[in-house]
Amino acid sequence: MSTSTPGAHSKLDLDPGVIAACRQAAKQIADQVSERIAGHTTVSVERGVTRLLGVDGADALEAPLPNVLVDHVHDRGGLGRGIAYWVGNAMIQTGRTPQQIAEAVSAGELDLCGLELAAEEAIRERVTEECGTRLREISGRFEERRAMRERLGDAPAPLRYVLTATGDVYEDVVHAKAVAEAGGDIVAVIRSTAQSLLDYVPYGPTTEGYGGTFATQANFRIMREAMDEWSEQHGRYVRLSSFCSGLCMSEIAVMGAWEGFDNMVNDALYGILYRDINIVRGLIDQRISRMINGYFGVVINTGEDNYLRTADALEAAPSVTASQFINHQLARASGVPDAQIALGDAFEIDIPVTNGLLYEWAQAQLTRELFPDCPVKYMPPTRHMDGNLFRTHAADTLFNLVTIATGQGVQTIGVPTEGIFTPHIHDRVLGLQNVDYVFNAARDLGEEVEFKPGGIIQTHAQRVLAGAQELLERIAQTGLLQAIEGATFGDVSRRVDDGRGIEGIVTTEDGYFNPVVELMHEASYA
Amino acid sequence: MPREIDLTAVKPYADHRGDGLVQLSFTLPVPYSLAARKAALELAGKMGFDEPEVVHYEQLTEGYTYFVMYGACAHTVDFTALEGEGFNIEYMTEDEIESFAAEHVGRKIVVVGASTGSDTHSVGIDAMLNLKGYHGHHGLEGYRSFETYNLGSQVPNSVLLAKAIEVDADAILVSQTVTQQNLHVQNLTELVEMVEAEGRRREMILACGGPRVSGELAKELGYDAGFSKGTYPHHLATFIVRELAARVASTT
Repeated sequence: MSTSTPGAHSKLDLDPGVIAACRQAAKQIADQVSERIAGHTTVSVERGVTRLLGVDGADALEAPLPNVLVDHVHDRGGLGRGIAYWVGNAMIQTGRTPQQIAEAVSAGELDLCGLELAAEEAIRERVTEECGTRLREISGRFEERRAMRERLGDAPAPLRYVLTATGDVYEDVVHAKAVAEAGGDIVAVIRSTAQSLLDYVPYGPTTEGYGGTFATQANFRIMREAMDEWSEQHGRYVRLSSFCSGLCMSEIAVMGAWEGFDNMVNDALYGILYRDINIVRGLIDQRISRMINGYFGVVINTGEDNYLRTADALEAAPSVTASQFINHQLARASGVPDAQIALGDAFEIDIPVTNGLLYEWAQAQLTRELFPDCPVKYMPPTRHMDGNLFRTHAADTLFNLVTIATGQGVQTIGVPTEGIFTPHIHDRVLGLQNVDYVFNAARDLGEEVEFKPGGIIQTHAQRVLAGAQELLERIAQTGLLQAIEGATFGDVSRRVDDGRGIEGIVTTEDGYFNPVVELMHEASYA
Repeated sequence: MPREIDLTAVKPYADHRGDGLVQLSFTLPVPYSLAARKAALELAGKMGFDEPEVVHYEQLTEGYTYFVMYGACAHTVDFTALEGEGFNIEYMTEDEIESFAAEHVGRKIVVVGASTGSDTHSVGIDAMLNLKGYHGHHGLEGYRSFETYNLGSQVPNSVLLAKAIEVDADAILVSQTVTQQNLHVQNLTELVEMVEAEGRRREMILACGGPRVSGELAKELGYDAGFSKGTYPHHLATFIVRELAARVASTT
């Protein structure tokens, strides 16, 4: 994806020394996280491995087979060696495929931990080979998709990202087509709100959801087929996005890869802060999930914008910038290249603030200059939208202006009915028409504009960056986990020994191995 | 000399008295065509609009057409019959609330609030309860006379009620910000039923709020009050202290 050039010099007259100090502190924080989560895996990471080995389906009680398989080994105390070890051994001992093994376990015909054990080297080799075949298969599909994207043409940045959320995947298809028709570049189906707290991924197509539609592999496939068909008919490629968040981050990354999704929201902090998911669980899941996204060329979106929904946008600005630095380093630690890291930012300053537009412009430009190679995902005003949809539409116009003038990579479009209900079919079209009008009318504005030295915009950006530096250096002293406990982000505090999903963390034993991580790690350093 | 407005037969006002003009927009699941336009006009007529006009219509996607329309409302309401039904509340300021509570209640008023069900948005309940409040108005946490518990978003009704019982709450506040279809109605109804099943309905004030909530809907669902957009914490606090004072007075 191309993003507009941020320019050789800083329009904001930022001090390169301060930027370097921020990166340095963020690197230190990310390294501390890596150390903290090393030696652990989670039930969902292991389920992701089974999915990459081809395990799919559900039992008669609708329990997904990846859960059945991982729980089976976990109950027998064997998960510390990794699910791949047990599946690999069973493949050797029984000659069956991972899917057949899962079905046999589900039927109660096979006890993975009761089988004779083959030599460790042989197990590794067998299961790594299986995993490699799968990875090559998915990579092949991604190559085809890349070719399709190039053939049909990818829109220039900012890509227009639009949310749909009807609860019924077949209705979502109708809404997604209307979005495509009106010029949307990325369609994201919001998940049913309860899904982030499920420690499994539901199976099959779904037609009922609350506040969104369940992310299932079948739903992904239905959306992908519909959008591919539309793209071919209309000669313009429409991307799809979902959410690697909640308790199944790495599994959803695998499912999205399988079904050819192009983008994924991927930010553990969101689940930690707003869904009370345990910090360590979230960070382990995120590490592997981002690695899978990164490997297949999927663009990840981070969620800094959310902090501004619960904290004041002006006061919290340094925490957003600081979080971008940290998230950037955490994504790199997972092997995601800059071009695939869409850091979050939002236009959330309250409407009555005098010169609010100037502060927004400063913040948006700051993000672009700090991360020139990252696409950045810019979010519309939501928090102060009060149900007066005409006012919201006007606020979105200014948001669109800042988006185009600062060359953001991905823009979540604003809709007039923000804060009232999940948008109706025409609300999104009205939002997109506003975007088109402004993007076209101000296409090259960013190239024309310089900021007054020492003026409001430069001063604000420099102040935010200085605040971020102070915050990052403080967090580097205490560590990210303690910073979260101290309500640094979004005014929300979470404790390391508390939260949902904590029971799904597993300490790895000698001989643990994860073929997915090993193969992807090899590739990213090859 | 301007003529008096006839408050017994009120209709919408746009340009001049009695024009009844209403703006409306909607989508019909029909292909974009002249027939679609005809269908919209006919439908507006059935809705009770005289001389409906389509000022804009366009295709959203194949088989779906969007309309912007105007029409003159043929109906009127008698405003005089609605005045004095308790809709015109005079709100107290923060200071007035504090002294009113001290005088008439004489102890901390315990309030438990949450955004319930699948709603992930805490913005409404935060604005009402948290110290920071909204647009420079303190939330109830900042009042000396209130003791508040904000349970956040996606809280099951059962958890909200259990907390209210645990802290012996005077009032339960439910926020419903962004919900799908009519989920907020189901959600709000469920809580009332649970409070009643626990036999606590009489001792607790139940209030709900959100962009799709109104005083009328709240009453219909069995709440004591409902608050919509534009509500500030002191509006809510005024209601609670007055209601509680009335209850205290009636039991002593």
